[in-house]
Formats: sequence, C-alpha cells, structure tokens
Amino acid sequence: MQWQFWIIQTLNSVAFGGLLFLLSAGFSLIFGLMRIPNLAHGAFFMLGAYFGYTLLASQLNFWVAAIGGGVAVGVIGILLERFILRRLAGNEQGQVLVTLGISFIIADICLLVWTGDPMPLAAPAPLRAPLRIAGYAFPTYRLVVLAIALLAALALYLLMERTRLGAMIRAGVDDMEMARGVGVPVSRLFTAVFLLGATLAGLGGVLGGPILNAYPGLDTDMLPLALIVVILGGAGSLLGAFVGSFIVGFIYNFGIALVPDLAYFVLFLPMVLVLVFLPQGLFGRVQI
Amino acid sequence: MTRAAALGLCALVLLALPWIIGNEFYVNMASQVLIYALFALSINMMLGYGGMVSLGHAAYLGIAGYACILATLAGYNQLAAALFAIAVSTATAAFFGVLSLRAPGLGFVMITLALGQIVWGIAYRANDLTGGDNGIRHPARPLPFGIDIRDAPSFYYFTLAVFAGALFCIWRFARSPFGASVMGTRDQPRRMRMLGHHVWLVRWVTFVMAGFWASVASVLYVYYNLFLSPHAISLQQSAEILLMAILGGASTLTGPIVGAAIITLVKNVVSTYVERWNTLLGVIFVVVIVFMPYGLVPGCRQLWQRLATRVSGRGTKGAGATAPGRAQ
Repeated sequence: MQWQFWIIQTLNSVAFGGLLFLLSAGFSLIFGLMRIPNLAHGAFFMLGAYFGYTLLASQLNFWVAAIGGGVAVGVIGILLERFILRRLAGNEQGQVLVTLGISFIIADICLLVWTGDPMPLAAPAPLRAPLRIAGYAFPTYRLVVLAIALLAALALYLLMERTRLGAMIRAGVDDMEMARGVGVPVSRLFTAVFLLGATLAGLGGVLGGPILNAYPGLDTDMLPLALIVVILGGAGSLLGAFVGSFIVGFIYNFGIALVPDLAYFVLFLPMVLVLVFLPQGLFGRVQI
Repeated sequence: MTRAAALGLCALVLLALPWIIGNEFYVNMASQVLIYALFALSINMMLGYGGMVSLGHAAYLGIAGYACILATLAGYNQLAAALFAIAVSTATAAFFGVLSLRAPGLGFVMITLALGQIVWGIAYRANDLTGGDNGIRHPARPLPFGIDIRDAPSFYYFTLAVFAGALFCIWRFARSPFGASVMGTRDQPRRMRMLGHHVWLVRWVTFVMAGFWASVASVLYVYYNLFLSPHAISLQQSAEILLMAILGGASTLTGPIVGAAIITLVKNVVSTYVERWNTLLGVIFVVVIVFMPYGLVPGCRQLWQRLATRVSGRGTKGAGATAPGRAQ
C-alpha cells in the first residue's frame, strides 16, 4: 500500500514533468531567441487540449488527434508571430503584453466554444488498463507520455546540436547581432522557433488531456509552471528546460499529494533559492 | 495658471459628484474608479517612471486584502487590522522586489507573474485560512473617527479623501529628486551608475513604494466589496491594472486615472450586456499596444499641441517616444 503510493506518485510526477517539458522547451527557446516570455504559451497548451477533445470526439485515432492538435496550434503560433509580433519588432515590452492579450482572447474563445465544463479526453484504449509487474500496478498511459516526452527531448537535442537550423538557433540565442551579421536569417528563425514552440505546447496539451482534462483555467494553471521551469532551469537552454521540468513536476505533484493546502508555496521555495543564489538559472544561456 | 484652474475644477467636480449623479449605483461605480485609479497609479510608479512591467500587482490585493480580513476576524480593531495588512503587504513587496529585480528587462515580467500566481494559488488552495474558492467576508466597513461610511456617498468621500492623499504623495514622488533618479534609471541606467546612483536600490525603493500604495488601495477594495476571493487576485486582475496605466498613458500622472475610469466603466457596462469581457479586454490590450503605445493622455496631448501650434506632425512622434509625459 505504502509502496504503491510512492510508485504512483513518482510516476505521476515524471509524467507531469514530461508534459511540462513539452510546454516549457518551446517557451524557453522563444525566450532565449526573441528575448520575450510568450505569455500565450499556457493558452496554446489549453487550445491543444481542446482541439484534441474535438478531434477525438469526431472518432479520430488518438495519435492522429495529438498530431492534428499540435499542428493546428503551431499554425496559430505562426499567425501570431507573423501578423502581430512582427508589427512590434524592436518593442519587446509591447510584444510581451500583446501575447498576454492574445492569451485572454484564446481563453475566452475556448470558454465560448467548449463551455465552462471540464472536457475529459479518453486515453487510447490499449493504454487504459494498468500495467501489472510483480504485483504492482503502473498507469500505462503515463509511462507512454513520459516516453514521448523523452523522445521529444532527444529529437530536440539532435535538432539543436546536429542540424544547421539548430546551430543557427544557438547562434541567435548566444549573440543575435553577430548571428545577423554573418548572415543567419534571424527573422525566419523567429517564425521557425515560434512554430516549434507552439506545436510542442499544442502536442503537450493533447497528451496532457487524459491526465489533466481540458478545462477553463488550464492556461493560467500551466503558464506559471512553465515560467518557474524556465526560471529554475535557465532561459534558452534545452537541458535547463528538461531538468527544470522534472524538478517542478516532482515538487508540484508531491506538494499536491502531501500538503495540498501549500502546494504552491512549496513551488515558491526552489524558485526563491535559485533566484537568490543562481539568477541565471541552473543551465542558463542568457540572463533572464 | 490654467493648470491650477483645471485642477480646481476637477477637485470641485469630484467633490460634487454624488450630487451630480445622484444614483447610488453610479456613486458606487465612482468609488470603484477611484480605487482602481489608485492601483493604476501605484503600478505606474514602476511602469511609467521606472520602466518596470509588473504582472503580479494583484498579489498585494491578495496579501493586504486577506491580512486585513483575517486580522479583523481575529478580533483586532479595524484601524489596527488595516495598518497590519498594509505593513505585511509592503514587507512582502520588499521581499518580492529583491527576487524580481534579480532579472533585468523582461525576466522581471516573468518573475512578477510567477509570484502573483503563487499568491493566487495559495489563496485558492489554503481553504482553512482563505475559504478557498468561496472567498471570505469582511465583517463590516470601519467607522473612521466615528463617521459612518456604510452608504454609497459617504464611502465615496472616504475613498476620495484617501485617494487625494495618495495622489498628492505620488505627485510629490514624481516631482522629487528621487523621482528624477527613478526616471534616470529607466532611460539611462548605465549613466546613472556612472553618476554614483545605486540603480538597484532606486528601483527596489520604487518597487516597495508601489507595493505600499497598492496595499492601501487593497484595503479600500476590501472595504468597498466587503468580500475577497481568489478570482479578485487572478492574473486577469493584474493585467487589467496594468492595462489601465498603459491605456491612459504611463509616465503621466493623469493617464492611469483616465485609464482606470475608462476600463472600469467599460467593464461594468459591457458585463451587463454580454459575457465576453475577457475577449474585449484582450482586444483592447492588443489594439492599445499596437496602435497607441503611449496611451491616451500623451496621445491627446500631442494632438492638442499639434492643433495649437498648427505644425504639421513633424517630429512629434519621436519626442513622444522618450518623454511623452513631460512635454510641458
């Protein structure tokens, strides 16, 4: 019994950490490259969950729905970057506030379309039954979510370290002006990174659906967690987002399970420690 | 001296307002406008003068508000409870300031937002203390100097008195040498450092002062609503307060007041007809940032100057970029 509790909570934590990684990897890259926190990122995640719900309701396969939701949110991300943020080039403060305005609009449209009731997303049928090993039950779906997050982390790592696009993004994060000077098409990179970040957030939203449900307020629940991940891990760093996600996943999940009243306060402590002693975050490439 | 005349006229109108509008509903709305104007003025000390964009201002409403209600419920008298609330909240501002100012630039936005949401989350989750989602009631409005402020007009005057005092202090702040050094750290932090100013300290003191006035506004908010729930301290509240300052025109003194009046009125009017206030809030946000980055008051002032001097718009846009509020 006691063991079962710890195993389940640990699995929940790592699965939640995986979801947080999908959310905050893009957020961190956008922050690193464009120097703006994209405050619509939580709304992207929620939108992904709702798109997933609708696609599943129209009898699509879960994995098709997950990819469809991710791509749809990615397209919205491109539109936001191309048609709104682009108009405010150079005015970073304005860009941040616009992303906040957009997040309110998205959240309200979601409320209008999908009503205020929580919408449950069904996990794919073969993954619903728990996995039984040596008398202990493991929630299969969460293990799969974790596996997908790890795969995504590996793919992102290869993208960043082994491809030309990744090299250009890294150059832009480290020194934007020099990158521009040696001919890196920085403005196209902005679009690419926004597409990548929004798609990952949307994908995370669909995958998180069966665990979290799609409900109004999911955006403002997830956004601060992504912020804390990036504050902890450091902006612009994939490794930082990865490590930060699992730290926050563990703290948040065990906080809710053990001291539900103070779950948010527990989250606050590591953030304070990092800000006081390591303002760049654990693996920060750029000053937050 | 037209300025003094205009100021006198404004004061007269504000004093006579309950007689002019008569209807209790609108008098209450006027009180609400004043309370939000104080919130907007306080955030503007950071935003307009210090160039620091905070998205966690509702945290002070949470801390001061809950502290005030809980202290009153614990049996302390109203004055002691209010002072305790303001002290606790200002102390929190001092701590939050240390954390937020670790990050220059837009990381500041992120940290203030995260801190604001943590306060929200604690208010939401800590059922035993805050009543969770159901909120918590304040027993009654106080009796300052034995005066009854339970009805709408007298509460309006009480709010107006506090607001006038705060406005005077914030006006003094903006005009003081310290205010000038705050604006200096906004525009030229490096030069200010070379001149021997402690940039971090200047910003931190501004942060704490803004927190103090937000706490005062929070106590007024609690007296007005006699109720506080996590909804009132959500990210949306912080965003509305910030929008008020930006819409009216940051770095002016009148801007946030105008912005608070417009947003509060629009919100009250729109909410009675449609449910889509959040969409409208988002749209106003986007439109203001894209088309009116310096806000209404500097925008109108520019227009006025342009009409007055009959100079065709040359150079006015550039001047507005650096010092929209200090053209005169």
